[in-house]
Amino acid sequence: MSNPYIVLPVIFQLFVAVTLMFSWTNKNLQKLISVVGSLIALLISILLLIKVNQEGIQTMQAGGWIAPFGITFVADTFSALLVLLTAISGLAVSVFSVGSIRNARVRFGYFPILHLLIMGLSGAFLTGDIFNLYVWFEIIIISSFVLITIGGEKAQLEGAIKYVAMNLLASVVFLTAIAILYGLTGSLNMADLSLQVAKVENRGLVNVTAILFLVGFGIKSAVFPLYFWLPASYHTPPPAISAIFGGLLTKVGVYAMLRVFTLIFVPDTFLTTVITVMAMLTIFSGGVGALMQNNIRKVFSYLIICHIGFMLAGLGIYSTLALAGAVFYLVHDIVVKTNLFMVSGLVFKIKGTYSMRLLGGFYKEQPLMSLLMAIPLFSLVGIPPLSGFWGKLLLIQGAMNSSNILLIGFILLGSFLTLFIIAKLWSEVFWKDPQVLPKKEHIKYFDELKPLKKRAMLASVVFLSILSLGIGFGAEWVMRIAMTVAGNLMDPSAYIQAVLGT
Amino acid sequence: MKTIIFKSASVYLLPLLLLFSVFILLRGHYLPGGGFVGGLMASIAFVIHSFANGVENTKNIVKFHPGFLMPVGLALALLAGSLPLFTGETFMTGLWMDQPVPVIGTVGTALFFDTGVYLVVIGVTLTIIFTISEGL
Repeated sequence: MSNPYIVLPVIFQLFVAVTLMFSWTNKNLQKLISVVGSLIALLISILLLIKVNQEGIQTMQAGGWIAPFGITFVADTFSALLVLLTAISGLAVSVFSVGSIRNARVRFGYFPILHLLIMGLSGAFLTGDIFNLYVWFEIIIISSFVLITIGGEKAQLEGAIKYVAMNLLASVVFLTAIAILYGLTGSLNMADLSLQVAKVENRGLVNVTAILFLVGFGIKSAVFPLYFWLPASYHTPPPAISAIFGGLLTKVGVYAMLRVFTLIFVPDTFLTTVITVMAMLTIFSGGVGALMQNNIRKVFSYLIICHIGFMLAGLGIYSTLALAGAVFYLVHDIVVKTNLFMVSGLVFKIKGTYSMRLLGGFYKEQPLMSLLMAIPLFSLVGIPPLSGFWGKLLLIQGAMNSSNILLIGFILLGSFLTLFIIAKLWSEVFWKDPQVLPKKEHIKYFDELKPLKKRAMLASVVFLSILSLGIGFGAEWVMRIAMTVAGNLMDPSAYIQAVLGT
Repeated sequence: MKTIIFKSASVYLLPLLLLFSVFILLRGHYLPGGGFVGGLMASIAFVIHSFANGVENTKNIVKFHPGFLMPVGLALALLAGSLPLFTGETFMTGLWMDQPVPVIGTVGTALFFDTGVYLVVIGVTLTIIFTISEGL
């Protein structure tokens, strides 16, 4: 159904960013605009999801140029769901930033760039045009370059170089793949490509292009051989920025993979085998990498990689049940990873260090806050009925049905490693006897902050923790949406019909 | 570059290049040109002036911080793009006046979008150049 307003989540973020730029010098006004803007954006995306649920896939042709010639925006359940999750993470990070971002960073335009990043993310989820997807990816990485370097600390710049180099390489590979695809089919509209690619006779070249897409998206979502930029850079910027990066940036790559490999390229046995092997190795290397780390943010960075493997496994199995598992896990992971990086920021603000060896006695000193932090940590492990459990359950069921025993083994190994790491983290940070840490001069400790800032930081963690609990206890509802999404992904004819109208 | 020829030429080049940049902006509607190229040309006009007379003098001509042009241009482009939404058309659809304006011709939202791009490009380029030359 044609609906000109589905592009509103994107336009509204740009509107917020422009308003923020006009109030460049007024720091407090910027914080207010950012939080209010994020709230309204959340409302808009909730309305979008309800609309899509009631009336089916919504489309919009930018400038009124009909598909496949113009740029199409498509809101199916998958897109609308991810736009909603982006808005949720955006709101949490915006509130957390009010409490934790230093004024020097606000002065250099932190808030406008944050909203431009969220605009890019929403655009990437909503677009139905492969080249337009590339453009949104560019907007995302350019905004994230600014966010990762803003403040200009030495460690930040070192991390940023690795991040920028790898992501630019990924863009080049992605763009090359698009160019070949355009040469093969003469179309960029994803729904049209779905029909055209099936007709191409040069199957060899189609497979090569598919692998190029896999490499491009693989670098962006940090899968097995191409993940090393992530743990090298995600622990360097301030926690609010790590939170939005850890929650959403790699997930865009996963979204793009799920979309491209169900709609445009229907994987054959070779491709699913490649993806499955990549998934296994990603789970393994992420889990083992996290074992070795001492910095809690590095532990979480490696766990991102480990859990990207779960979503990739869903694509590798390629059945409705497994894809539903991947989508469920994606929903859970965005909320919980954003939350975990904010939790690590909170720990840092209180104790002044990220090192597990030095931390300790958190439970004795802050029992209530520890209880709050336990929610995202144990959701991540997936102790039933918390949110991480259900996605994995679906994935294992999917793998059972396709009798892929090895993959089940790796998924269980990944879960076990996660459990072990979180248990280690819990005993080191929360239960171990506290050590006397020297006060550092340049850090503003949590106790010294104004009450409003304290409340802002806590409120965002509480918000996402409640949401995590909601996903766990309301699993049936989320599962129904995930099954709808997986059904649409496995059978894209409704998507194609909505876009092309034939 | 403190040569007298360059210095006196820059005084005449500035208005000429600015005028030419506006011409390129308007020409871009049907022919090669447009907001991006026009904006670059306008900033080149200021760059030449700053080479000849020093950045301080150029800043005196501009009067306000060029970075201010960025949100103004973005707001103009955003408004031009989203205006069709209020009439129920899709984002970025060109809306046109029924009656042509004398001398200029029919005016549509595309003109305002391009003008927005023009302002953003000037704002970005001048901010970069002024910031870099401060460090020299």
